[in-house]
Amino acid sequence: MSIAESDRLVQLTDQPIDSNALTQFATTPRSGAIVLFLGTVRELTGDRKTVALDYDAYPEMALAKMNELVDEACEKWPVQKVAVVHRTGHLELAEASVAIALSCPHRVDAFEAGRFLIDELKVRVPVWKKENWDDGTTEWVHPGE
Amino acid sequence: MQITVKLFARASQLTGRSEVVVELPEKTNVGEFRAALATQYPELQPIIDSLFVAINAEYANDDQLIPESAEVACFPPVSGG
Repeated sequence: MSIAESDRLVQLTDQPIDSNALTQFATTPRSGAIVLFLGTVRELTGDRKTVALDYDAYPEMALAKMNELVDEACEKWPVQKVAVVHRTGHLELAEASVAIALSCPHRVDAFEAGRFLIDELKVRVPVWKKENWDDGTTEWVHPGE
Repeated sequence: MQITVKLFARASQLTGRSEVVVELPEKTNVGEFRAALATQYPELQPIIDSLFVAINAEYANDDQLIPESAEVACFPPVSGG
């Protein structure tokens, strides 16, 4: 099932993500379940300490891929409203780098659709993070490279 | 033909540039383009095999031809989320 343009919100932003606003966006009287996922800046990776992350994106393609993922999620699950927002720029510890908020009639579909969106976003959407380690060094993260 | 290529993340870091110009023969496929990129910008050699190539904001396979007026981008594995 496709979704109306007014029922989707797909964005890149260099401003802090307002998760309450996204949850509000996803809310509809027809839904019985709203799932909110936030990906946040974690301090520890193994025994290394992060002090901040910098995110870069290929904006045109990232937005196209995020919209493609929303289309696929809406074909697989009865998603009613959905927001997918990725942050760019400099993020401090515990800040949200990505947010997904969506509604479905029932919770199982809502959880599965949310899981699909974040898992596929991490594989397909051209966004990259640069670690700022506590020893002062920086390093782009490229899984599997 | 000359193609302007957008670079991101470590690819941009290694060259010190967010865009480079690559000189290519007509009817170059993505695999040949990758080889030309590594020759013309040797600083990309260490990561050339892991770079993704996108044509007009879509992932491209090695046997796909590069259209003359396409928007081409090259980047290492993504790490968003």
